[in-house]
Amino acid sequence: MKNFHYIGKETPRPDAPDKAAGKALYIHDLERPGMLYGKIKFSNHPHARIKHIDASKAERLNGVRAVITANNSPEVRLGFLGDNVALKKDKVRQYRDEIAAVAAIDPDTAEEAVELIKVEYEPLPGLFSPQEAMKKGSPLIHETDAQGRPRTDNLVPLRYRHQSGDLDAGKRAAKYVAEGEFSTPRVQQCCMGTAGCIAEFDMNSNLTIWAKTQIPFLAQRDFNRALSDMGLRDKNTRIIVPALGGGFGTGLDTHAYEYIAILLAYKTGRPVKIVYARDEEFAYLSPRQSSITKITQGCDQNGRLTFREVEVLQDNGAYTSWGATYPSVMMMPATSLYRVSNIYFNAKLVYTNNTFCQAMRGYGNPEHTWALESNSDELAREAGVDPYEFRIINCNKPKETTPMGFKVSTCGLKECLQTVAKKLDWKKQNKKGKCRGKGMASLVHVGGGGRIYRSDASGLILKLDDFGNVNAYHGGVEMGQGLHSVLTLGIAEALGVRPDKVFINPLDTSTCPWDVGTHASRGAFMACNAAILAANKLRGKIFKLAEELFPQEAEKNLKKYRKKNPGYKPPAFDFVKEAKKERFDLKDGSIFIKGAPPEPWLSLDLGRLLRAIHFRTQGQMLATEVFYDPPNELPDFAKGFGNISATYAYGTQGAEVEVDTETGEVKILRMVAAHDVGKVLNPRALKGQIYGALAQGIGYALYEELQSEKGKIVNPNFRDYKIPTAQEMNFPIDLEFIETNDSFGPFGAKGVAEPGLVPTAPAIANAIYDAVGIRVRDLPITPEKILSALKKLKASKG
Amino acid sequence: MKAEISFILNGSEVNVTIDGHLRLIDILRNTMSLTGTKEGCGEGECGACTVIVDGRAVNSCLYPAHEIEGKSVTTIEGLRMPEHKLSEIQQAFVDNGAIQCGFCTPGMIMSAKALLDSNPNPSDEEIRDALQGNLCRCTGYVQIVEAVKSVAGQIMGKK
Repeated sequence: MKNFHYIGKETPRPDAPDKAAGKALYIHDLERPGMLYGKIKFSNHPHARIKHIDASKAERLNGVRAVITANNSPEVRLGFLGDNVALKKDKVRQYRDEIAAVAAIDPDTAEEAVELIKVEYEPLPGLFSPQEAMKKGSPLIHETDAQGRPRTDNLVPLRYRHQSGDLDAGKRAAKYVAEGEFSTPRVQQCCMGTAGCIAEFDMNSNLTIWAKTQIPFLAQRDFNRALSDMGLRDKNTRIIVPALGGGFGTGLDTHAYEYIAILLAYKTGRPVKIVYARDEEFAYLSPRQSSITKITQGCDQNGRLTFREVEVLQDNGAYTSWGATYPSVMMMPATSLYRVSNIYFNAKLVYTNNTFCQAMRGYGNPEHTWALESNSDELAREAGVDPYEFRIINCNKPKETTPMGFKVSTCGLKECLQTVAKKLDWKKQNKKGKCRGKGMASLVHVGGGGRIYRSDASGLILKLDDFGNVNAYHGGVEMGQGLHSVLTLGIAEALGVRPDKVFINPLDTSTCPWDVGTHASRGAFMACNAAILAANKLRGKIFKLAEELFPQEAEKNLKKYRKKNPGYKPPAFDFVKEAKKERFDLKDGSIFIKGAPPEPWLSLDLGRLLRAIHFRTQGQMLATEVFYDPPNELPDFAKGFGNISATYAYGTQGAEVEVDTETGEVKILRMVAAHDVGKVLNPRALKGQIYGALAQGIGYALYEELQSEKGKIVNPNFRDYKIPTAQEMNFPIDLEFIETNDSFGPFGAKGVAEPGLVPTAPAIANAIYDAVGIRVRDLPITPEKILSALKKLKASKG
Repeated sequence: MKAEISFILNGSEVNVTIDGHLRLIDILRNTMSLTGTKEGCGEGECGACTVIVDGRAVNSCLYPAHEIEGKSVTTIEGLRMPEHKLSEIQQAFVDNGAIQCGFCTPGMIMSAKALLDSNPNPSDEEIRDALQGNLCRCTGYVQIVEAVKSVAGQIMGKK
C-alpha cells in the first residue's frame, strides 16, 4: 500500500480557527449597503381558496418599501414538477403557503407590515393522510398540473419500481416469512444556522444572491429561469455561498423564500435579506420526508434470503420537492443490502395538505433501512437463526453485481459485521434480571458519487502564485462536514506541497467551476478525485518547464553554496542531463531530481521555480482546470436499474440498551459503529462525521418528530422538538474503520457523510426487542409506544 | 424609551444608547458589530448566543439590554489572545475536531469557558451538564467533550 504524506494523518481543519474565533461569516452576519429586510405572509389555512388579499395598510406603513403578492408580481414556478409557485394566487394547499411578502427598512417594520396584510379565504376540506387523499372522490389538491392539464386524482405522477428474479418462486422457496409495516415521521434537519439569503441586482439587471445552498450551480439554473419568468431574459445569476451553519439536505432545494427575496430586490432596486427565525425554520422549511413501508421477506431453512417484497406509501405533502425522490434511494437497500435475487419494490406518492418535504441526510435510506433491518431481525428470529449469523449468511461480497445493477468494487460489510459482533460481545448473554439487550443493523449507501442528474461531475481549478501557494476553486459546498479539510489534504498530497500552502477560495459561481451539488456523501470522493487529476496535470506542466529552468536555478544555488562553503566539492551528478520531466518529483513544496544526491542546492523551492517561470521573456503563470465525472450511470428509476455510484459504502452499527419497563425510557449503554470507508483521509474529521450522524440517528430513533395537527406544525421550537444534547449522548461510542482501498476512490476513499445515520434506528429497535421482546414499528420509539407495546405483550401472554 | 448605559465589553468600558426592548444580543451584534455571538433560536433554547456576564454563562437572546448596566460582558471575540492567537479552550476545540459547521461553536466555547473558570477540573458529567443548554447538530458532542477535557487536563498538569 502506498505511503501517504498527509492523507490519513491528524490535521486540524483549515476553517476551524476562524470558527473558533467567531470570525466565520454566515448569512445572518452579512449586510449590504441599503439593504432591506424581507418577511413573508404565510397561509392561515391548510386548504382554501384565496378570495381577497388586502395589503393596503401594509403598503402605507412607514418604512415599507414594497409589498408583493401574486396579483402584482410575475409568476415564478419552482420544484422539479413545477407544481409550486413562489406566491400563491388562487389557492393555498398547506399552512406554509406564501401569500404575500414585504420589504422594509428593518425587521420589526417588516414583521408589523406582514401582520397588517389581510387575507380572505374560502376553506376547503383538508386531506392529511395519503390513505385519505388516495380515496376515490377525495377533493383534488391540484386541479391541474403545471402545464394546465386537468388532474383526476391526488397521486404524484412519479414512478419508482423494481422487479427482478421470480417473486413467486422466491416465495415458494421460503420456509420462513416475516411481514411488517414500518413508518417514519417527518423530521426537521435543525441546522443551527437557520435558512436565509440576500438578493441584489446590478444596473444591468443581473442578480447576485448570497444563498445558504448545497447546489450553487443548479440554483444558478433555477434562478436564471426565474429571471426569465420575470421578463429578464438572458440575465444571469451569480451565487455566493457564505459559511453555511449546517446543511443536512436543506440546501438541495431552491426555496420560495429565495424567489421572494429576488422579486422584492428587483421591485425595490435594493438588496433584500430574508432570514428565517427558528419557528419559521420549523414550520415553513421542508423537513425530512415521512414514509410508510410494507415489507415481506422470506428465507430458506438455512437462513438464506429467497425473496423481498416492498410497497412504499409516501405522504408527498402539497407540492413536489426532493422528498418525492426518496424512493429512488430506498431502492438501493431494497435491492442491494444483503444478497437476495427475487425482489419487488414499488412506491406510491400522494399529495396531501401537509407540509411538503425535502432532502435530509441519508435521503430515503434511513427510512428504508429502518424497515428492512427491523424486518430482517424478525425473519432471523422466525427462522431460529442468530440475527448476526443471518446477516453473515446473506452478506454482500466484493465484485458482485446486485439486482439493481450496482457494480460492487470493494465491500467490507462482512468485516463490519464481525467487528460490531466482537466489540459488542454479541455472543455474551445479556445480564440477567436487567432489561438489557443488543441489536445491530447494516447499511449500503452510495460511496462514489450518486448520479441523479445528467452530470455527476465536479470541477476544480488550481492556480499557482509566485510564492508557491496553491489557490483552489471548487464548486463543492463546505457546510460543516469538512470538505475543505479533505480537499486541502488531497491537493497537498497529490501535488506535493504542504497543506498550509493550499487555499480553498470562497464558493462563488462566477469563479468556481461547475459541480452538481454537495449531496449523496459525494463531496470528499469527488473533490479528491478532481484534486488528483488536477495535481497530475499541474505536475506535468511544472516538470516540463523545469527541464530548462531547474538546471539554471540549481547552477545559481550551487554558486551561492560554494561561496558559503569554500572548498566544497559537489558530488558527481550531471543535473543538466538528468533534468528530464519524468525524473522530477515535488514533495513538501520542493522540487528535486529523483535519485539525486541529497545536496541542499539540488532541491528547489516551488515558489522559486515558479518565479523563474513567470519572470522571463514570455513568462507564464501556471494554472489548471479539471472536470471529474465518475464512472457511474443515471439509473432508470421506473425500472429500478442502473449503477448509480462508482463505489458503495457499507457499514454495521450495534447498540446495547436498557429499557425501563416502568417508564418506557430507553437508555443507550453503548454503541459500536464499523464502516467500510475505503480509506481514512482525515481521522478526526471522519470520526466527527460518524459521531454526528449517529447522534441524528438517535434522535430519529427515540424522540424526534415534527408533529402536525390538521396540517399545522404544533412543535416549532426546541422545547417541544427535542434533539440530542450532550446529556443524551452520554455513553461510549466505539468507532472502527475498515479500509478496503477502493480503486475508484481517491487515495482509496469512499463517501461517508450519511452512513452513520442510516442503520442507527433499527440497531436500537433490534436491541429493544432483544431486551424486552417488543417491536415498535413506527418511529420515533417513544416511552409511550414502549409502554403500550409492553402492555400488549403482557396481555398476549395472559 | 431611550437610555444610555455603560458596561465593560471584552475588557473595555463602552457606552451605548439603547431602546427599551433591545436584548443584549442586539447590542452585541448590531450596535457593536460583534457577530461572533450567534442567534440560533431567540428563545434561550439552543445556546448559540451564550456570552459570559460577570463570570456566568448566559443566553444573550433572553438578556434585556438595560440590565447590562455596570456589568462585565465577555464574548467570543474577547477570548482571543494577543498576537493573533486563539485562547487555550478555542485551540482545544480546533485540535480535537470539535468544530464542524461552527454555528454553535462560539456559544459552546463560552459555556465551556465559564465552566472551566469556575471549575478547572470538571468531571465528564459536569462538562455534559454545563453544555446541555448548547445544542449542536453536527458533532454528537463527543469531540466537544474531549476538547473541554483536554483543557481541564492541561490545567491539572500545570498544578
